[in-house]
Amino acid sequence: MSTTFIEGSIAVAKTVAVSRPHVISAYPITPQTHIVEHLSELVANGELKSEFVNVESEHSAASVVLGSSATGARTYTATTSQGFLLMIEVLFNIAGMRLPVVMTCVNRAVSAPINIWNDQQDSMTARDSGWIQLYAEDNQEASDMHLQAFKIAENKDIMLPVMVCMDGFVLTHSFDPVELISQEQVDKFLPPFKPEYYLTPKNPLTFGTLVGPDGYMETRYFIEKTMHASLQVISDVAADFHNQFGRFQGGLIDTYKVEDASLVLVAMGSIIGTIKDIVDELRAKGQKVGVLKVRSYRPFPKDEIYKALNHVKEIAVLEKAVSLGYGGILVNEIKSVFYGKPKTPKINGFILGLGGRDITVDTIHQTIKETVKASSEEKFIGLNEALIGGK
Amino acid sequence: MNNDTNFKRYLKLDLLPTPWCPGCGNGIVLKTICQAFDELDLPKNGTVVVSGIGCAGRSAGFFDLDSVHTAHGRAIPVAEGIKYANDALNVVVVSGDGDLIGIGGNHLFQAIRRNTNITVICYANEIYAMTGGQVSPITPHNTKTLTTPNGNPDRPADIQFLFKSNNCFFARTTAYHLNHMRKCIVEALKFKGFSFVEARTMCIVNYGRRLGYKNSNEMLLHYKEFYKINDYAEALAENEIGIIKSAPRSSDGFPSA
Ligand SMILES: Cc1ncc(C[n+]2csc(CCOP(=O)(O)OP(=O)(O)O)c2C)c(N)n1
Ligand code: SF4
Repeated sequence: MSTTFIEGSIAVAKTVAVSRPHVISAYPITPQTHIVEHLSELVANGELKSEFVNVESEHSAASVVLGSSATGARTYTATTSQGFLLMIEVLFNIAGMRLPVVMTCVNRAVSAPINIWNDQQDSMTARDSGWIQLYAEDNQEASDMHLQAFKIAENKDIMLPVMVCMDGFVLTHSFDPVELISQEQVDKFLPPFKPEYYLTPKNPLTFGTLVGPDGYMETRYFIEKTMHASLQVISDVAADFHNQFGRFQGGLIDTYKVEDASLVLVAMGSIIGTIKDIVDELRAKGQKVGVLKVRSYRPFPKDEIYKALNHVKEIAVLEKAVSLGYGGILVNEIKSVFYGKPKTPKINGFILGLGGRDITVDTIHQTIKETVKASSEEKFIGLNEALIGGK
Repeated sequence: MNNDTNFKRYLKLDLLPTPWCPGCGNGIVLKTICQAFDELDLPKNGTVVVSGIGCAGRSAGFFDLDSVHTAHGRAIPVAEGIKYANDALNVVVVSGDGDLIGIGGNHLFQAIRRNTNITVICYANEIYAMTGGQVSPITPHNTKTLTTPNGNPDRPADIQFLFKSNNCFFARTTAYHLNHMRKCIVEALKFKGFSFVEARTMCIVNYGRRLGYKNSNEMLLHYKEFYKINDYAEALAENEIGIIKSAPRSSDGFPSA
């Protein structure tokens, strides 16, 4: 293992490459491009023995990996934002066919208006698709998570696709020291993909056929059941990874100074790093604050979150997404964790950073102040008063 | 040489300069479209511009006309929707080759089938420019791009034959052949039915310089040397530009041939 100062996208591409995918297909879209460009380079110079298929849209890219995966090939794709939305039809198909495709969803805002900067509205839109969704905090984790993703997806008791979500630009385009894993080590961690069911003339099968009211519901029941089973597998794979590589970035969740905290901030993705700095700062002043990182968003680890947070008085959920017509998404799932439990903390939700709006240290301080002050509520934070007509 | 500046009435001059790179050919196409509008005296309150996404697509915002920026690849069906809602409007699509022929390719084929009376101007720079220089459906065979580092293994699409299938209008021209480009756009706008102009133009930053062109002028000179005008031919050879001959339509609108 060697530490390299490297761009996030390139670190991810290199980890995907040593995972030995047979087929990669993609369509360019900012800020995903560097990942797939680097993979096409590795294929072109012979370092990676894979088929790299340039297609005419994300809908086709997802369809190509669906087809390849059905033949028993290990497959990978990556996209973001509009491309992700265009893929969604096929994403549901991939999950429904129980194909262990791995993809990167680089997180970016969605149109209209066009905006290429980071938030998490794209991947959150597909939370009900049957894909396991993991969110990375930094580039080391984003890189490592891809290796874990293949192992989780291809587990014969799981056989569901896995999406690694990483914040666009904030992670993909920033340079960090990352420990890259060698081919030899990967081969020890990730065995070759040997599916039980795949397309072969020796034993003809049909994928995705018509199923009527007599059987459709059971397909959903089984995916839901598998999602629950995958909670254990995700934790186990993170533990295996820890054993072999000495790094642990959390299993389903990760916590920082939560044990004795009275106020905890909950979030996903790269914002966690900023929050940790603020926690250290406030701890130095004697304030009992902590952070909970949701690493696995689907399946949603209700029990782990309850176990970690049942002692706290106040929770602030910070999210870069919104369910228009409802409000915060993650905040309401965190609230549901406490439903029917003896004690419910005060839970406040904050929608911030949409379309790349800066999330500064001040923004986060403000969420803490509001949480301490107000009763449970949800609000947008960091709005430009001049644009909304002031108050 | 036409020194008439009347075409400027179709542009939002206060938004200039455009965000395009120095040497980009898109400005030439934008200006020529406006000159064609001016030649036909298209009414500003009766003309709509629709674009997809890309460097070329951004030109929609510079017209001093109503415009819609659609999702990537969807300019043609959106334009058709506008035309079917209000037949009195002149509806013009401006977008890139990746947008119109790649991700939106099926719409192109279906609009030809329906022969919708709109005009499409394709800024054909042979590359996905806005995203940094990846292979497009008309990138030549063996050409190196960021996603074909060993050269494009695929053949470029030659879409002229699609238009033949329903006797629609197709022209190919280049940013070097200014009078020709203007003529092609004027005829396309006058055409009653679906019309398409493939305007070859230079992306120096994310394409030309990687192919060894020192500046965009060298790319223009390549157009000058490589392309020969062959108007009203049955078909265009690889090195020909021109308007494809279309058979007259019978009274029911179907090709009479
Ligand atoms: C669904 C979707 N996929 C990908 C993109 C990213 N994207 C933006 S512009 C573009 C290609 C532009 O190429 P082209 O249409 O040839 O126009 P040019 O930039 O070369 O003028 C792409 C792939 C997008 N906006 N939406
Ligand atoms: S990248 Fe190419 S097409 Fe886009 S503005 Fe620059 S020169 Fe023009």
